[in-house]
Amino acid sequence: MDILIASLLTIITAATPLVYASIGEMITEKSGVLNLGVEGMMLLGAVCGFATVHFTGSEALAIGAGMAAGAGLSFIFAILVLGFQSSQVATGLALTIFGIGLSALLGQELVGIAYDGLPKLAIPLLSEIPVLGPLLFNHDILVYGSIVLVVFVVWFLNHTRSGLILRAVGNSHDAAHAIGYPVLRIRFLAILFGGAMSGLAGAYLSLAYSPLWIENMSAGRGWIALALVVFATWRPWRVMIGAYLFGGITILQLHMQAQGVGVPSQVMSMLPYIATIVVLVLISRDRSKIKLNAPACIGKPFHPTS
Amino acid sequence: MRQFQEMPMLFKLIKRPEPSKSMVFLSPVIALILTLLSGVILFQLLGVDPMEALYAFFIEPLTSRYGWGELGVKATPLILIAVALSIGFRAGVWNIGAEGQLTLGAICGGGIALLFYDVEAFWVLPLMIVAGIAGGMLWAGIPALLRTRFNANEILTSLMLTYVATLLLSLLVHGPWRDPDGFNFPESRIFNDAATLPVILEGTRLHMGWIFALALVVGAWVLMSRTIIGFQVKVVGEAPAAARYAGFSVNKVIWLALMLSGGAAGLAGLVEVSGPIGQLLPTISPGYGFTAIIVAFVGRLHPVGVLFAGLLLALSYLGGESAQISMNLPLAVTGVFQGLLLFFLLASDVLIQYQLVRRSSPSAVTQ
Repeated sequence: MDILIASLLTIITAATPLVYASIGEMITEKSGVLNLGVEGMMLLGAVCGFATVHFTGSEALAIGAGMAAGAGLSFIFAILVLGFQSSQVATGLALTIFGIGLSALLGQELVGIAYDGLPKLAIPLLSEIPVLGPLLFNHDILVYGSIVLVVFVVWFLNHTRSGLILRAVGNSHDAAHAIGYPVLRIRFLAILFGGAMSGLAGAYLSLAYSPLWIENMSAGRGWIALALVVFATWRPWRVMIGAYLFGGITILQLHMQAQGVGVPSQVMSMLPYIATIVVLVLISRDRSKIKLNAPACIGKPFHPTS
Repeated sequence: MRQFQEMPMLFKLIKRPEPSKSMVFLSPVIALILTLLSGVILFQLLGVDPMEALYAFFIEPLTSRYGWGELGVKATPLILIAVALSIGFRAGVWNIGAEGQLTLGAICGGGIALLFYDVEAFWVLPLMIVAGIAGGMLWAGIPALLRTRFNANEILTSLMLTYVATLLLSLLVHGPWRDPDGFNFPESRIFNDAATLPVILEGTRLHMGWIFALALVVGAWVLMSRTIIGFQVKVVGEAPAAARYAGFSVNKVIWLALMLSGGAAGLAGLVEVSGPIGQLLPTISPGYGFTAIIVAFVGRLHPVGVLFAGLLLALSYLGGESAQISMNLPLAVTGVFQGLLLFFLLASDVLIQYQLVRRSSPSAVTQ
């Protein structure tokens, strides 16, 4: 029983960074912009978060630094894509390449340093409940935060005027512009939000999931987050389900490696990547499903005409 | 007339009547200058003398015959991959998993070398080359199939397969292909002479792969400018609707783009392991497959441009190594430079389609 609870707990920590990164990217995509730089923003967030906690000792500052780093990198993306009309695909790739390089440069003094990890916040009384208590009510603040984020995004997209405008800009920027909405400004904010969430996802990796810094420690999670948005057909609850599914697969293969099931560890490590391909194929094969749910203007540049 | 609302007050961008041809060539030069200027700032932040660092980075590697040979060695995989990637990018096919296809080429080609380890025959090397190309094509064929049959985004699938390929290589060199006399290090046997690419410039490591790269540049140039296939690729990329109307098969172009780039990346992987490396290791590429994306853009998606861009980016690898040795600078500086170069390039490319004019100038408004 204890082992089962321990496994379920690790699934939650594996899923949390994916929740942040995919929800952030989903908001960016809802505004009609595809940012392929998630991996780069996560890495920069991870290294900045870890450096901050190492030098200041403050977890709050570290979380803020991770978000700021991701948002800062996405700021460059926004300037290039919205201001300079550069290709979203090429610019996103540039962001990832740059983020990998810069995080490695910044983090070279941090390799091998240990940190205890974000403290757990046990909710009084509730966390005493057997089984459910430790499972649901004894986590670090960012796990609770990820749930709050999903609830907030669901409410924002479906029940607020701003959410409606965001979706309108992503579905038809010409119409939104004609009505008088500032398309570029809305996209700018959506890109920054996505960047901040990716940075936060990275900070979670280096502060909680495996509290240390290694070059390239995100190991493709940024790309998996991008795939999750498609898998979820741009719906927040499904993003969260997808993230937990992938957290589950990641932990399952780790446990099987530890048990020594007679399959080489490398084959087990391939599982999350292969699973990503499989779910992408399963969702994408239904073209109408993608067409109905994807923001119609995704990837298309917008020039306001005067 | 189109212009931006959110630009600074002094200047504004006005769409050119047609794209500027000269800016297509000037833009990489502007980007390079801006990258070097950022380099000065970066080195100052790192606490080293910028001039000394720039010398170590960009001049010192080329002060010897051996250095020029190394430039060719590093440029070979970059050019091989980028020439083929450019064709796909022109058609709007985003194969960004070249790193994985490179790895598969190395596995398949290197596998042949290990299989015929005791055979010193002339046919081993050609067979390795064929196997390397086939391996890369196989790996690129998966995203091609998933895109054309199931509509799955090739960016994500080709990238996921890169991680799978790297793990596969690690599995092989840790397990069945480990050198039996290698003290348990995760390395294969060192290939015998018949399985090694001959050196073509004495006193350097420059090998026959360089000839392959030059041949591919010429071949791609002929394909793109002299054949109907090249024409179809360009139309599918620039005007998909027109391509459908003309009856060009988009799926055929997707397959073509991925087979070409997969095969070229596979060849690049084979060239690496049977050239400068000479055996299979857990890591065989410092990210050539990703850097080749930058090479393709800096080279303006044109084979001849890619040749020069490949040499430039090869210099950034060499410079990184040289600055690490002579000045103790971190190797990661190379990645930062490469990323900056692409950022500045994408930014200066705005000047191909748009013109920068002073707001006060009345002549600019009368277009």
